[in-house]
Amino acid sequence: MGAIGELFKKNIRQYGMIIALIFISIFFQILTDGILLKPLNVTNLILQNSYILVLAIGMVLVIITGHIDLSVGSVAAFIGAFSAIMMVDMQMNPVLAVILSLLMGALVGAWQGFWVAYIKIPAFIVTLAGMLLFRGLTMIVLNGQSIAPFPKSFQKISSGFIPDLFNGSTMHVLTLVIGVLLSTLVVYQEFKTRKIQAKYGFEQSSVWLSFAKSAALVLVINAFTFVLAQYNGIPNILVILLVLIAIYSFVMNRMTMGRHIYALGGNEKAAGLSGVKTKRVTFWVFVNMGVLAALSGLVFAARLNSATPKAGTNFELDAIAACFIGGASASGGIGTVIGAIIGGLVMGVMNNGMSLVGLGVDWQQGIKGLVLLLAVGFDIYNKSKTS
Amino acid sequence: MKGITKTFPGVKALSNVNLKVKEGEIHALCGENGAGKSTLMKVLSGVYPHGNYDGDILYKGQVCQFKDIKDSESLGIVIIHQELALIPYLSISENIFLGNEQAKRGVINWNETTVKTRGLLQTVGLKESPFTQVSTIGVGKQQLVEIAKALSKEVKLLILDEPTAALNEDDSENLLELILELKKQGISSIIISHKLNEIEKIADSVTILRDGQTIQTLDMKKDQVTEDVIIKGMVGRDLTNRYPERTPEIGETIFEVRNWNVYHPTQQDRKMLNNINMNIRRGEVVGIAGLMGAGRTELAMSVFGRSYGKRISGQVFMHGKEVHLTDINKAMEHGLAYVTEDRKHYGLILIDDIKRNISLSSLKKLSKYGVINENEEVLVAEEYRRKLNIKSPSILQKTVNLSGGNQQKVVLSKWIYTGPDILILDEPTRGIDVGAKYEIYSIINQLASEGKGVLVISSELPEILGMCDRIYIMNEGHISGEVDRQDATQEILMKYMTRSRG
Repeated sequence: MGAIGELFKKNIRQYGMIIALIFISIFFQILTDGILLKPLNVTNLILQNSYILVLAIGMVLVIITGHIDLSVGSVAAFIGAFSAIMMVDMQMNPVLAVILSLLMGALVGAWQGFWVAYIKIPAFIVTLAGMLLFRGLTMIVLNGQSIAPFPKSFQKISSGFIPDLFNGSTMHVLTLVIGVLLSTLVVYQEFKTRKIQAKYGFEQSSVWLSFAKSAALVLVINAFTFVLAQYNGIPNILVILLVLIAIYSFVMNRMTMGRHIYALGGNEKAAGLSGVKTKRVTFWVFVNMGVLAALSGLVFAARLNSATPKAGTNFELDAIAACFIGGASASGGIGTVIGAIIGGLVMGVMNNGMSLVGLGVDWQQGIKGLVLLLAVGFDIYNKSKTS
Repeated sequence: MKGITKTFPGVKALSNVNLKVKEGEIHALCGENGAGKSTLMKVLSGVYPHGNYDGDILYKGQVCQFKDIKDSESLGIVIIHQELALIPYLSISENIFLGNEQAKRGVINWNETTVKTRGLLQTVGLKESPFTQVSTIGVGKQQLVEIAKALSKEVKLLILDEPTAALNEDDSENLLELILELKKQGISSIIISHKLNEIEKIADSVTILRDGQTIQTLDMKKDQVTEDVIIKGMVGRDLTNRYPERTPEIGETIFEVRNWNVYHPTQQDRKMLNNINMNIRRGEVVGIAGLMGAGRTELAMSVFGRSYGKRISGQVFMHGKEVHLTDINKAMEHGLAYVTEDRKHYGLILIDDIKRNISLSSLKKLSKYGVINENEEVLVAEEYRRKLNIKSPSILQKTVNLSGGNQQKVVLSKWIYTGPDILILDEPTRGIDVGAKYEIYSIINQLASEGKGVLVISSELPEILGMCDRIYIMNEGHISGEVDRQDATQEILMKYMTRSRG
């Protein structure tokens, strides 16, 4: 019993938000008489939050380096407008337009990264300027009006689903198959890690714990795909999201680049004197943020099927909140991609749940603010207790 | 203080400690890092409020129950922490009366503040205007401002935590004189210091702590206390030799700097280093002595990937070939390593664990296509933890929780693992207790015997004399002398260190 308690205590910070997410989901599931987790609504949840989650991935990197990016909402709007000009007005091939849009995002990121990394202007100021600048550019480009409609193939980014190769009648069979494949991957990974650990002669957690962990993950994955399969299956955007999460988690946890980002945020001077190219890393983190903001803008434009001057308003605040709820530290050096995603989902489920029970936007805003404050307060309380 | 016991979650920091300070005396408190000196002083000054510890504080026979620092200050007990608590962008007078403003109903009387500040500055012997911004004066003077601040609170018992740790010899001397002067005015002091010669010089009695317990209290005169007696009490054993033995095997020159000139990074015309020539040979431990501001750290940093200074000119040779170390990565590739002076700010990622700190400079070695082999990383960290005797429960311990000595071993591990030919160690034993110092010295000797060249920058002359085969002395940005081990004495070094040019 003591061992389990110890384990729980040690991991409370890591799993705290997951547990909170589960509780919030259950809470609204009951409050909405089961509408929250209906296949249609779960699909909706993903579509509604996808563009914030994309931003949160980039934002958490920026926050880990000890900076902030206030401009992402404006940048998303600007890229949405930029892509609309190319696809709607100029009738350009959507694939080419998407590539050019992402490159434009990289350029925007490079612009801001240059000022932050090399001229050493605080990111708060650079991106505050960027927020105004790119909002202004959006309005200029759009002439203050919306542009629509986008080509069908482009809309598929946000509204499409992966095709069912098996032609299931009531269920989306490919979705279920993917669930099973992912499960096998999870179990295989767990065993592979154990084998390597054994090879190096490291201490290992008990087999039972490994087993329980894999079992829980397999259960969650398959429950999730089962729910999705009852509607239209896996949305395209979910595939994009999962790929992004996997790539960025890998980079941050396993690659030198990620290690340099954490070191830079933890202590810039020490990192610099240890051979980390601090300016270059900062610069690229902002370029990356620009690309992801562009992607977010494209996803949003595709979902709305129009580019509007007001698109992306307050996106930056949601993305930043997601990171902090997910355990990132405002002083840098601490945070995870998964954490930011969980944080984003906490916000998303609350938004969705509160809308379903018919709470007004006014109340929603206030409650979200309190949740952000409490989540970070809880985190800080925990840290002060352990140290 | 009687029978003080203070526990933190999991550790007993103080157990039944007794400390008795007589009125009007200077009482030294000695002990290794982690012995509980600072904790004891925090209890005394009310940082840890009453009820947080067991035992009694008796002040002039009265039992005191301090709720916070204000309580203890009202009785005239003032603590000056090792890290100075001044606000850099406020003036001297604003700092002195911070929290104690000369005000009526919240409106500050600046004239009175200025007049009082002038008086206080005169007492501590600081010739600065009360309006000078604190960030523009040196650490030595800031220390005096802190003391003036304490005096403004009508201090009766002054507690100084490592007051001279960051000061050069001159400033230290001044400060010690001032403490003696205050004693004449009836102010008692408790001084925590690692510099035993200072204690010998000014203290009337000394209390030694070890592992959270009082070992002994000695009267400096009656008991004829010497440094050796104090050290024995601190470490619990005789340290017959404070510097480990080594027979140098010196080979060919592997590192050389020629005609090295460096200008100040922001003040374009200020020449910080002037025509420096120096070399290090295989298996040799070379020292650089000098006063603070002589340009020792600037030399090390400007050579190490030009991390300091502008308009750098001159040549660097490794193994006889000229190299251009234009950034830190190039310096590392050519076999240079630099262990910084201030490990907390420039050496470690404090929020990261031991493992990640050790591997940080060598991630290339541990990775393939940018993917880190984390299992190798663990093995490497474990190896260095064992080799350098880093005392911690595991390599996943965050470095912020380690003692100074162990932090330094982590930084050393990081740089040794990069496989350098030349290691530059800037104040490698600053703020480290006697036992750990010995271990660091042994590591330095080990490195030299492996054929590496080691450059030791140190402000402690006995350390330079005890460790180095050859010593360069710097003064005002140039090398004012070079002496071999057998010819070197403190007097000779001091002479070169203070000799003015021209």
